[in-house]
Amino acid sequence: MSGTNGHGMTMAEKILARAGGLDHVVPGQIVEGNVDLAMMHEQGAQTVLPFHQMGAEKVWDPDRVVIAIDHWVPASTEGAAVLHRILRKFAAETHLPHFYDVGNHGICHQILAENGWVVPGDLAVGTDSHTNMLGAMGAVAAGIGPTEMAAVLALGRLWLKVPPTIQIRVRGRFGRGVTAKDLILRILGEVKTTGATYKAVEFTGPTIDALSMPERFTICNMTTEMGAKTGMVAPDETTFDYLRPIAKHAMHPLRSDPDAAYERVIDIDVSDMPPMVACPYSPDNVRPLPEVVREHVKVDQVFLGSCTNARIEDLREGAAMMKGHTVAPGVRFIVSPASTKIYQQCLTEGIIETFTKAGAVFTNSSCSACFGGNMGILAPEEVCASSSNRNFPGRMGAKEARIYLLSPAATVAAAIRGELTDPRDLM
Amino acid sequence: MKDVIEGRVWVLGADVDTDQIISGKYLTIIDPNELKKHVFEIALPEFAREARAGDIIVADENFACGSSREHAPQAMRAIGVGAVVADSFARIFYRNAINLGIPTIEARGVRQIFAQGDPARIEMGAGRVTNLRTGAFVTFPPLPHHLLDLLEAGGLVEKVRSELERRKAAPGAA
Repeated sequence: MSGTNGHGMTMAEKILARAGGLDHVVPGQIVEGNVDLAMMHEQGAQTVLPFHQMGAEKVWDPDRVVIAIDHWVPASTEGAAVLHRILRKFAAETHLPHFYDVGNHGICHQILAENGWVVPGDLAVGTDSHTNMLGAMGAVAAGIGPTEMAAVLALGRLWLKVPPTIQIRVRGRFGRGVTAKDLILRILGEVKTTGATYKAVEFTGPTIDALSMPERFTICNMTTEMGAKTGMVAPDETTFDYLRPIAKHAMHPLRSDPDAAYERVIDIDVSDMPPMVACPYSPDNVRPLPEVVREHVKVDQVFLGSCTNARIEDLREGAAMMKGHTVAPGVRFIVSPASTKIYQQCLTEGIIETFTKAGAVFTNSSCSACFGGNMGILAPEEVCASSSNRNFPGRMGAKEARIYLLSPAATVAAAIRGELTDPRDLM
Repeated sequence: MKDVIEGRVWVLGADVDTDQIISGKYLTIIDPNELKKHVFEIALPEFAREARAGDIIVADENFACGSSREHAPQAMRAIGVGAVVADSFARIFYRNAINLGIPTIEARGVRQIFAQGDPARIEMGAGRVTNLRTGAFVTFPPLPHHLLDLLEAGGLVEKVRSELERRKAAPGAA
């Protein structure tokens, strides 16, 4: 593990140089960057007041703004209904056409991904911390707060400090039952929750090259848990194949120079890696799953969902494991697809039938149980196995509740056995 | 923004995430005066009841990691928190707090020199945080100009408003 100090630029530096209209930037430099895509979910309701207080009259470019409600869809409380109403009114008044409303909804990051709203070279910002996920497109994608979003809507730009980049080089082939989620959990165990604060994380190496876009979304998604400004994968044929039919604007593929300077380089070989689990109460409290399985951790609830792991590939994999089994007595198993489109695919492919016949509840697409504010809330002393991204105290309800973060296959294995289970035992 | 900020300290540990500051169940509340009743409900339950305007938050590493929710600094501003000082911050909270005009200072080792309730003095220009009970202090690098400008302006809303007004007064100039 070491840094490098070449004279070239990293992908993050090149993208921010482009956004700022500059030839060259260095880490630490403040750049006023033009924004290629701005995304709001319910938190965008808090953007409306500061937008008006700023004296702004129009949005800089309505074709670069996406609203995708996802935390409470359809509204589950009066408060949520008010947030949705504020957003609908604001979209109408400021002529924002790209509103993914109830019926056409999904988790905001998945909406951006599957509709091609973020493309290589973009500077994208969103009012959700997991906006990092879109860095998988070869973009700088970062979460911001709603007041900052008001400034972006008014001006079309924001200031960013050019981050130093951590390069994570991954080689080796995943063993049976081991996934991209296990990889990012393992990396979190090593880098820890503060290891990439303010920094860009760039994943590279033969293992990353071979990953599909959904797998890249999963690993970039959880760079948020390392504190990173963005997580990235250089654009390649996999990226272009995914985006070509759907890209909403022109791509500007940028890749790190061979002599780019990295603050830190981490090498990982996944060849002998077992499935991993993040134990309470931090996403960096990571251990090999087989070790934790030996402690017979009983679960009350299992959640297969969230922006990290609820894409069709995740649900197919989960359904394949579920087939021929039932949900263990006393366990509540919640499955929530990441978008309405994925919901429809699940319907066509019989995935909903597989899960519901096994005793799971298959919900409408939303953030669902992930954030403890809508459904699937945990009582004190309860234990949840989850494919989501955070397990801090109180994340899914009671502060005493214990959350274990796992791959989709491992969550389904826990639902079948009623306790944390190595998914390879059921394959 | 005052150059010298003094107040009573509330101490918090490391990795206090935004769920522990404003829990997910309160995210549909957008009135800061409602939100402030629930601030730090998980991390420091007595805070909302007992905190006074001018109090200072002192935290360990990675303060306010987790979500992008601005509810967290909004609630602190509604209480009138005088400053937030931590060994380190999660990036979105740091931006959010500065954007709301809350003096937000990263000072290595600060958590170690304070106990709950100690009086603190923060000297923004000199870059020093002092425990007025013990005399112990830590230093911090002065904030970059563009952040000081933001705090001077009173936050991002005021800064953008004056920029938009300037544009209207001088059309054609960017």
